[in-house]
Amino acid sequence: MIVSIASGKGGTGKTMVAVSFALSLIGVVPKEIQLLDCDVEEPNARLFIQSLDAQKKTVTVPVPVIDASLCNLCGRCAEVCVYNAIAVTQKKALVFPELCKSCGACSYLCPQKAITEKEKKVGSVEEAKGSGIALVSGKLEIGEIDAVSVIKAVKKRVDPQKINVIDSPPGTSCPVLETLQESDFCILVTEPTPFGLNDLKLAVETLRKLQIPFGVIINRCDLGSDCVEAYCEQESISVLLKIPFKREIANAYSRGIPFVEVAPEYRKRFQTVFQNIVKELP
Amino acid sequence: MKIAIAAQGDHLDAEVDSHFGRCAFFIIYDTETKAFKAIKNPNVTAQSGAGINSVTLIEREGVKKILAGNFGPKAERTLSSSDIEIVRDVAGTVKDAIQLVTK
Repeated sequence: MIVSIASGKGGTGKTMVAVSFALSLIGVVPKEIQLLDCDVEEPNARLFIQSLDAQKKTVTVPVPVIDASLCNLCGRCAEVCVYNAIAVTQKKALVFPELCKSCGACSYLCPQKAITEKEKKVGSVEEAKGSGIALVSGKLEIGEIDAVSVIKAVKKRVDPQKINVIDSPPGTSCPVLETLQESDFCILVTEPTPFGLNDLKLAVETLRKLQIPFGVIINRCDLGSDCVEAYCEQESISVLLKIPFKREIANAYSRGIPFVEVAPEYRKRFQTVFQNIVKELP
Repeated sequence: MKIAIAAQGDHLDAEVDSHFGRCAFFIIYDTETKAFKAIKNPNVTAQSGAGINSVTLIEREGVKKILAGNFGPKAERTLSSSDIEIVRDVAGTVKDAIQLVTK
């Protein structure tokens, strides 16, 4: 089973919810719990999980290398590259690996067979064991943009025998779609502000397109207005949980302490959220 | 000699564009015949590689110098693998830019 935690707007509390939700299920669900951090541009779930024996693996993608002694500057590679990662001037063929999406068209179609592929590091995946929980974190290499390849590598560790809780990146772009696909359920974390509502609507639209069942958790529910609740009611979206704005939560978070440890009453509430999710699934 | 100027419009009184890769037009000017033509830049809205494709575009026109306010790193790398000379920090109108090269 895969439950992903996403949000249209950044900074609404995805990681806080993902970590606390996953921790709350330890020992109460007859399955192993695994937390997968797919927010590879800012993987911070591991700051909250005390872990042992971390194993790190490199994520690479193939990029073209052009053998100048075989290249006759015909320009076919640049022509077929939809990402504009190759330039062929009258003197030289140039590769811009940072633009390459590893489709392989250039090497496949080069009439001179002058193009081979080499592996380029775009990130890493770290697997660690906490107490009662496994953690998989993806990390995009500095300067790289190919978050999707790293997310795919993280998602390879999804285990159907376990409860997989996925911390998604924010927004509604390609990395988010890559993360959310195959989810059985998605929890959208939002805040009751005009920004929160606007981006929640975008996320709702995305999930409806992906046909993934979802519900909403309203964080800092006592700030802002009732705009999010009114919207959820109007759209028949279930509000799974409301979390108030509390100094001790923020304080613990800033010290890397999961929120359910300072507000243990929320363990039960997250367990109820899980039961309600299970009920909603076919 | 043919030169190219990154411009905001399709005529000689247009302002020089501060950015090469995504300028609105390339003015191709022949310093001998004093004839010019304007090419609408198809790379203005490209998601990536605007600079790279702009270089190959002006290279096909047989240009020997390119004038603009500034050049992106990828455009610069591509230009350095061509025979086109970069003239940066150019401002004012296309006419002013031509003067810079022909005076």
